[in-house]
Amino acid sequence: MQKPVSAWRATLLSLIILTCFLGTWELALQGAGQGGGAAIDPEYAALLGQAAASGGQTPMPKPSEIGRRLFQLLSDPFYIRGPNDQGIGIQVAYSLGRVLLGFGMAALIAIPLGFVIGMSPLLNAALNPFIQVLRPVSPLAWMPLALFTIQDSSISAVFVIFICSIWPMLLNTAFGVSAVRREWLNVARTLEAGTWRTAFRVILPAAAPTILTGMRISIGIAWLVIVAAEMLVGGTGIGYWVWNQWNNLSIADICIAILMIGLVGLALDRLLGLLARAVAWQE
Amino acid sequence: MARIFTTDYDPCGCGRNHADMACDMPTDGTGAMGQVVEEAVLRAVFPQAATRRAMLNTFGGATLLAAIGDILPLVDAREAFAQTPAAPEKRDLKIGFIAITCATPIIMADPMGFYRRQGLNVEVLRTAGWAVIRDRAIAREFDAAHMLAPMPLAMSLGVGVASPQPWSVAAIENINGQAITLANKHRDKRDPKDWRGFRFAVPFDFSMHNYLLRAYVAQAGLDPDRDIQIRAVPPPEMVANLRADNIDGFLGPDPFNQRAVFDGVGFIHLLTRELWDGHPCCAFAVPAAMPREMPNTFAALMKAIVEATAYSNNPANRREVAAAISGPNYLNQPQTVVEQVLTGTFANGLGQVQRVPERVGFEPFPYHSMAIWILTQMRRWGQLQREVDYAAVASQVFLALDAGRAMRDLGLTVPANPMRNETILGRSFDPAQPDAYLNSFAIKR
Repeated sequence: MQKPVSAWRATLLSLIILTCFLGTWELALQGAGQGGGAAIDPEYAALLGQAAASGGQTPMPKPSEIGRRLFQLLSDPFYIRGPNDQGIGIQVAYSLGRVLLGFGMAALIAIPLGFVIGMSPLLNAALNPFIQVLRPVSPLAWMPLALFTIQDSSISAVFVIFICSIWPMLLNTAFGVSAVRREWLNVARTLEAGTWRTAFRVILPAAAPTILTGMRISIGIAWLVIVAAEMLVGGTGIGYWVWNQWNNLSIADICIAILMIGLVGLALDRLLGLLARAVAWQE
Repeated sequence: MARIFTTDYDPCGCGRNHADMACDMPTDGTGAMGQVVEEAVLRAVFPQAATRRAMLNTFGGATLLAAIGDILPLVDAREAFAQTPAAPEKRDLKIGFIAITCATPIIMADPMGFYRRQGLNVEVLRTAGWAVIRDRAIAREFDAAHMLAPMPLAMSLGVGVASPQPWSVAAIENINGQAITLANKHRDKRDPKDWRGFRFAVPFDFSMHNYLLRAYVAQAGLDPDRDIQIRAVPPPEMVANLRADNIDGFLGPDPFNQRAVFDGVGFIHLLTRELWDGHPCCAFAVPAAMPREMPNTFAALMKAIVEATAYSNNPANRREVAAAISGPNYLNQPQTVVEQVLTGTFANGLGQVQRVPERVGFEPFPYHSMAIWILTQMRRWGQLQREVDYAAVASQVFLALDAGRAMRDLGLTVPANPMRNETILGRSFDPAQPDAYLNSFAIKR
């Protein structure tokens, strides 16, 4: 076993790594985008971006520029100025709403279905090929099909979340249920517990940690998928916001979106982590 | 006067068949609307029905009206009444657009109040790409949409969609206003003959950009399917792809040509007006049933769009329009980039400032000849695999009559004939001889 490290030392090291990373980034871009400085007609230069005016290309933004932009965005995250221009807080809220809806529906279907599949080896074998084929399909591949059949872009986005996040939950539930120890089921039978009683009092608690692990994987996938789905469908959400800032070639905003997506994803994962700890058991 | 009381289904009294197009209602005060006014005036002057009937019997309607007309400006009243639009059947409309300068009239009509003035409450929604616009339009999430001019033709013919979706071009948005942008490293390859192996991006398969680029390289002797690569890339991603060296150039909409120059990643090889001066690009598209189902909404929308188009076309308004549409709610671009596109005073990426005020124009009239050329190109490149009646499709999808009426209402000059000879890539195109034109090409599918 490794020796436990003290929390503050780990934090300190994290901070040092972060500072080094940002510092190198900032320094590397010092003077970037400057061209040969060839003399250009001032009228011409006025029509170009700062970097292009001196003969170069618009460079990657520096961390300090990103920081300023982040402050600007976070100081007013909930504004609405027309349907195409809304604050970053509102965009994240839209995305979270879609994810929770799609993920919730997936859970409602995957967990009971997984239960049935886990309890019946026949069904398990019969459905397995379908699950294995559909599981690795990318959200982007589902989107045109969803748009075509559902004919509503916001429902399509939710459907794509649903279809992509259902598989880990389904497989984990089925696995957890089928892996419940024989002895426990036998004990339940000798105590003459009915099917429902066995399911809820023995199998569910036994499989709960595995199910929660599946849910944790699923919410991660759902959050990954929402960005891609919203980039395609457009309208609202953090994914659309990324697309929109790409439209404007604003790399600083995209860096900020990456940070936001990461932080929200972390929060979602931690939330399910807490739930998982609540149902964990040890022999 | 008897016609007002006829019961035949002929909503505007023009006596024409309303199969697909809205009625060409006279707006000079004659026709059914004018008669309604005369009836109302008579009622006002002689409020008692018995007296009125007696007077009419004695003198006859025409004499009476002439007598009243001496005192009342009846002609003006009739005209005013004919031009007072009835209330729109649907006020809250959603219109999808792609964030490019082609959409200028559709977009600027929102912040500059052109929709509101017609009593419409329009929400203009930025959309991620042409395929999404098409699918959301088909699903009727949008009441009307900004489309590439060939899209309603393709959709109506059932090309590139699962089943035919009758959509119409109610007005052309812009003419010209596109460009071929090449990566900076190709500064010396200005002759398309040197472009073998190049990878190009166009916004969509069914776009003027695709057809113009194909025609241009084919004229230089390259086969656009074998000697170069053409990919459909959403306009906003073109500059990013050019920068990443994923493509060698693009024939794309502005502001992205200018944006490539602004960011120092490419230069403008040529403006598309050098290929075909006055070519259509984007269209204001509506479901084909709209003029029939919601005639008043359609009329109000047409007025707003045509007025916005005329306003955008005026060089004196271009800076103001650029300021109104470059913000984050619309194009989301630096204002100077949009301004360079609209004013035509722009940096070309090669160190010169060019002054081309005709770089982009906004003219709403959907010439049928434009549609016929597009159809010949769909045939030429194998998108449309069957024979079609070019002129019939063109007149069904391109609503020249309706656009002309809205233009006349606003006092604009309406072209007398929706067919005109075009000069495209230095060759004359006669819309009456589409097959001869198509057969004259060596490179085709």
